[in-house]
Amino acid sequence: MTQPKIDTSLKTWDEIKTTTCYMCACRCGIKVYLKDGTVKYIEGNRDHPVNKGVICGKGASGIMQHYSPARLSKPMLRVGERGSGEFREIEWDEALTLATSWLAKVRREDPKRLAFFTGRDQSQGLTGWWATQFGTPNYAAHGGFCSVNMAAAGLYTFGGSFWEFGEPDWKHTKYFLLFGVAEDHASNPIKIGLGKLKERGVKIVSVNPVRTGYSAIADEWIGIRPGTDGLFAGALIHELLRNQKIDLDYLTRYTNAAWLVIRNPGGADDGTFARNANGEPLIYDAVIGRPLSAHRADTSPKLVGEFTLVDGRHAIPSFMLLAERFLSDDYSPTKVAETCGIPTQTIRRIAAELARTAFEEELCLNIGWRDWAGRIHDKMIGRPVSMYAMRGISAHSNGFQTCRILHLLQIMLGTIDVPGGFRYRAPFPKPAPPGVKPAGKPGQVKPNTALPGPPLGFVTAPEDLLIDKEGRPQRIDKAYSWEAPFAAHGLMHTVIANAAKRDPYGIDVLFLYMANMSWNSAMNVAETTAHLTAKDETTGDYIIPHIIYSDAYASEMVHYADLILPDTTYLERWDCISLLDRPISEADGPADAIRQPVVEPDRDVRPFQTVLLDLGARLGLTGMTKEDGTPRYPGGYEDYIVNHERSPVIGPLAGWRGKEGVFHGRGDVNPKQLERYIENGCHWFYELPDHVKYYRHANRDYLEWASSFGFIGRPDPIIFQLYLEPLQKFRLAAQGHGAIVPPEEHRQRIVRYFDPLPGRHEPLEEALRDKIEFPLHAITQRPMAMYHSWGSQNAWLRQILGRNWLYLARSRGEELELCDGDWVQVISATSRIKVQVKLMDGVNPHTVWTWNAIGKRSGAWALSPDAPEAKKGFLLNHLIAELLPERDGGYRYSNSDPVTGQAAWYDLRVRIEKAEGESEISAPQFPVLKGFKGIVGRRRA
Amino acid sequence: MTSLPTPRPNQKKLGLVIDLDTCVGCQACATSCKEWNTQGYSAPLNDSNPYGASPEGAWLNRIHGYEVKAPGEDQSRIVHFPRSCLHCEEPACVTVCPTGASYKRAEDGIVLVNPETCIGCKLCSWACPYGAREYDYDHGVMKKCTLCIDRIYNENFVEEDRIPACVKACPTGARHFGDLGDSESKVSRLVAERGGYDLLPEMGYKPVNKYLPPRQRRADEKMQLVQSEPVKRDGKAVMDDFFRWADRLLSR
Repeated sequence: MTQPKIDTSLKTWDEIKTTTCYMCACRCGIKVYLKDGTVKYIEGNRDHPVNKGVICGKGASGIMQHYSPARLSKPMLRVGERGSGEFREIEWDEALTLATSWLAKVRREDPKRLAFFTGRDQSQGLTGWWATQFGTPNYAAHGGFCSVNMAAAGLYTFGGSFWEFGEPDWKHTKYFLLFGVAEDHASNPIKIGLGKLKERGVKIVSVNPVRTGYSAIADEWIGIRPGTDGLFAGALIHELLRNQKIDLDYLTRYTNAAWLVIRNPGGADDGTFARNANGEPLIYDAVIGRPLSAHRADTSPKLVGEFTLVDGRHAIPSFMLLAERFLSDDYSPTKVAETCGIPTQTIRRIAAELARTAFEEELCLNIGWRDWAGRIHDKMIGRPVSMYAMRGISAHSNGFQTCRILHLLQIMLGTIDVPGGFRYRAPFPKPAPPGVKPAGKPGQVKPNTALPGPPLGFVTAPEDLLIDKEGRPQRIDKAYSWEAPFAAHGLMHTVIANAAKRDPYGIDVLFLYMANMSWNSAMNVAETTAHLTAKDETTGDYIIPHIIYSDAYASEMVHYADLILPDTTYLERWDCISLLDRPISEADGPADAIRQPVVEPDRDVRPFQTVLLDLGARLGLTGMTKEDGTPRYPGGYEDYIVNHERSPVIGPLAGWRGKEGVFHGRGDVNPKQLERYIENGCHWFYELPDHVKYYRHANRDYLEWASSFGFIGRPDPIIFQLYLEPLQKFRLAAQGHGAIVPPEEHRQRIVRYFDPLPGRHEPLEEALRDKIEFPLHAITQRPMAMYHSWGSQNAWLRQILGRNWLYLARSRGEELELCDGDWVQVISATSRIKVQVKLMDGVNPHTVWTWNAIGKRSGAWALSPDAPEAKKGFLLNHLIAELLPERDGGYRYSNSDPVTGQAAWYDLRVRIEKAEGESEISAPQFPVLKGFKGIVGRRRA
Repeated sequence: MTSLPTPRPNQKKLGLVIDLDTCVGCQACATSCKEWNTQGYSAPLNDSNPYGASPEGAWLNRIHGYEVKAPGEDQSRIVHFPRSCLHCEEPACVTVCPTGASYKRAEDGIVLVNPETCIGCKLCSWACPYGAREYDYDHGVMKKCTLCIDRIYNENFVEEDRIPACVKACPTGARHFGDLGDSESKVSRLVAERGGYDLLPEMGYKPVNKYLPPRQRRADEKMQLVQSEPVKRDGKAVMDDFFRWADRLLSR
C-alpha cells in the first residue's frame, strides 16, 4: 500500500509576534502565531530570560483564555439591586464621567474615602503611583493575602526574599530544600531548575504536608504538620549549633551577629543596639579590647562575651541571644519531633546532610572580586546548599517569623548569594529593610492633594505607623497600625469587612481591579457578599456607596459592582513588567519586559491602565496632566510606559534609554523604546559580569553599579539583620517606653509577637481553638495547570480539572469509615461545607487539603449553571473566618499574621463528619448568578 | 487489513523518551499538544460542551497521576505518567485497520491516520492496548499523536524547533525526542543509561517510545553529624561548649 503524501512543512500562520504571558505571575516570554489576525498557537520564547523557550500547561492554554466566552464586552452600569446581575450597557464616556464624578467628590472632601485595591495586578508601578497622586493611603495589591510574609521576612532580614526576589543557584547547588511550595509559585523557573538538578543528580528534599507536584519528584518528602516549619527549621539550627557546624566567618562579616545588644531589663534601651555618638552600632573588638563601630572593616568582632560600655551599660553580641534561643530545649529535635510529625532521627540526618554539603563539599569559583571595604579576594567560596519557600510558610499567622527562621538557617550555613546558595535577583539586594516609609499619616491625607510619598513602605519604629494620636488606624485595612505594623503589602482581605463595619471609618468608593473579592479571594464568602450588599438602616443606602470594578472576565465579583470597566485580555494590550514593580530579573542580571497587543480587541473594552490614566487626567492629578490641564499621556498606557519618568532619567523600562537608545538603567526618554523592545522579543536582559554575580550584599563593584543604576541609594554593604531591632522597638513601646505607645488592648499581643529574634509561635487561630473539637488542619494548594479562578473557566484546563475533592490520609479515612467518593461535612468554628473525599497516602495524617479556586459560583464565568465547578467543586474559603475569636474586651483581630497582616488562610482547623442520605451536590450553594448582555458568551447566546 | 512496511536496514525509529523521575505532572505537554494539533495536521481537535456540565474533547497526549505504595515501604510515591501513541514497531492499530487509513511510515516509523480514508470504525482504538487513540466525535475520524509530523520536518522552523510541541514545551526537560533506531543517538544512550523500558512488552507490539523509571530515592542514608547522638549533659553544658568554640578570633 502506498503511503499518502503529506505536506510536512505546513505554514498555518502568517505572522509571529512576541509578547509576555499573563496566565500566572511568572511572566514568561511567549511567541504568538497568528493567521489573519486570529491567534493560532502560543509557545515559549527561547530567548527569554524567564522561561528560555518552555511554556507551562496554563501558558499553552492562553488561546482559550483569550477567546473565553466569559470576556466582558462593554462598560456596564448596575440598574437593579447590587448582586442582582441587572446592568445596562453604557458608553465609555458615560462610564468615565460617572467614575470621575464619584472620585472627584471623594478627592475634594476626604481622599481616604477611596479604597483602591488591585488584585493580581502586574502594573503596581502605575497603580501605586496613581493612588499617591490621588492622595489616598488606601491602596495595595493582593500581596497581603498572598506572600507578604515571605517578602517582608526576607527584606527585613537580608534585603532580598524568596518569591520573585531571588532563586537557588541551580547551576551549582548540591542540595535543595524546598518548603511549602504550592505548585504555581513559581511556575517555569522552578520547573526548569528542578530539571537541572535532576540532570546533575542533586538531592531534592521537599517539606510539605502534601506530596504532589514538586514533592512527588523529590528524593525525600517530609510530610510536615502545617504551621510547624519554624520548629523543624529551628531544630535543624539547633543541631548545627550543637555540632558546631555553622559559618562563623560569614556571620561575622555579613550579619549583625556581633552587634552589641544592651541588657537592661525594664529599661527603655533594653534589647536595642549599643551605638556610638554617630548612631553607628557597636561591636566589641577582641584585639583592641573595646567597642568599635560595627561599620569599620578593620575589626576583630567578638561573638561571645558580656561587655561593659563606656557609659557603664552592659551589652552582649546578638549572636549569643540567637545561639541561646536555638540551643535551648525548645528547638531540640526530640522536643519538636511529635509536633512536626517528623522523626527525631530524620531531623538529625537532614541537619547532618546540610552540614556535610555546606562545609565538606565547599565550592570554589576562581573569580576574583572586591568586597565592600575594597579588599581583593581571588576566589568566590560557595556553600552549595540552597532553599526555597513559598505559600505554605507565608499563609500562616506565624509565617513572618517562620520565614525568618528559614533565612537564619540559610545564613548560619553561609549560603546567601554565594555559589551554590540562594541568589538575589535585581533590583535586590536592598538595605534590610528598604528605606521607603509608607505615607498616609494624619495631616498627610488632604483634600485635592497628592500624598507626600507612596502608600506602601517599610516601618522600622512606632513613629512610622499610620495612626492618629489615640493610636487608631488611618488606613481602611488597618495596615501600619498596631494591628499589623509591618504590613508592607497592605491587607486587601480586610477591606470589604472593615468598610462595611465603618471600622475604622466608612468609605465612599471601593475601586477594585482583577481581584475576585466576592469569591475565592474572600475569607468567609457568605459574610463578604453580605458586606458588599449591606445597607444603612437609617438611609437605606448601601454602606459602601459605590463599587467600581475592572476585569476582563465575568468573575463572581463583577456581579457586585455598580460600574464595570471591561479590561482587555493579555494579548490585546501594552504592559510593562517593570523593575519599579515586581521584577522578572534573573540572578545573573536585571531584566524587564513589555506586552504588546498582538491582536486588536473585538469588543468595546479598554486596557485598565489606559483607563486609569484617563481618569487621572479627568481628575486633574498632577502627574497625569500637563500645566494647561490637558492629559499628560494622551496616548494611553504605552505613552506612559515610554514617556513617564519616576525620577529624572529613570522610567518604567530600563532598556534602550536615551534618545539614541544606547543607555540602560538611567537615560532620557527614548521615543523608539517600545520598537527596540519588540525587536528584541519584548524583553530586556542585562547580564552582570562574573565578578559581580555573587556576594552582592558586600561586593563593592556590584554595590557601586547598583547604586549608579538606581537600585540602591548608596553603595553601602547590606548587613543581614538576624536580630531585628525594629521589632524590639515595638516591644519596648508596648512595655510603655517611648513617645508613641500602643493602646492598652494591643500591648500584650505586641510584647508577645514582636520578638527581635527569629522564633516560632503557634498559629493564632490554632492557639485559640479547641484542638479536640477541630482536630484537623485544612489547607489548599493550586494545581500546576490552574492559576486562581482564571484557570477553571478555560475550555481546555477545565477538561483536565473541572472539580476538586477533599483529600485526606488513608489512615484517617479508615478511622472515619470513609471511602473514595463519600460525601462529608467539613466543619470549622465559622461554618460548614459539604464535599466529596478521596483518600491518599502522601499527606500528613493530621491534614486535609484540596485544590484552590476550582469551585465556582453557579452562573459565574459564563459556565453553564450545572458546571461541575459549581455543583461538585467547592471552596474552603467558606470555613475561614476573616476575624479571630473575641479576646478580652470583645476586640477581634483580623485572621492575619500579627506582624505583617498576612492573611492566615492555612491556620484553618476543622473536623469531618460523614454526610449520608443527602444530595450529591456540594454545599453551600448560592443563588445562581444571572448572566448579562455585557458578557461575550451571553451576547452570542 | 493493513500491512506494515518492511523494516529497512538501520531503520529510523522516531519516538519519545519520557523521564518519569522528572515529570511533575504540570500538563504543559498536554495543552501544548492540544494547541498545536488543533491547528496543524490533525486540525481541528474537537471539544464538546466546553463550557457545560461535562466538557470533553480529543487530546493526543494525556497525563495521569498515580499514587503507588509498595509493600514494606513507609511512604507512597506519586508518579505522573504522560500517555500518548508509542509508535509501535508492530502496531496492532495499523494491522487491524480495514481501509489502510491507519499506517506506519516506512521512512521514520511514525504511525499516522489518513483522515481522508478513515471511516471512524474505531477498530484501531480497540486494538491499541495503550489507549492512545482518540476518537473525534465532531469529525467522525480517529486522531492520534503524529509526533508532530508537521513540526519535525517543517522547513518554516529553525532546526532546533523541529521537535514535537510537547518536547519543546516541557519545563523540566522530562521529554526527549530522537531516533531510537540509532543506538548512538542521544535518546538511545539515555535509555541505556537509565534503564528505559517498554510499556507492556509482553503484548509484543514493540513500542518505540520508552519510559525512564523514577530513580532510587536517597532518603535512607545513614548520615549523621559527628556528635549527633544525644549528648548526656544538660543544656547549659552544651551551651558552654558551644560558646567556647565560637569565642575565637574572627575578622570582619
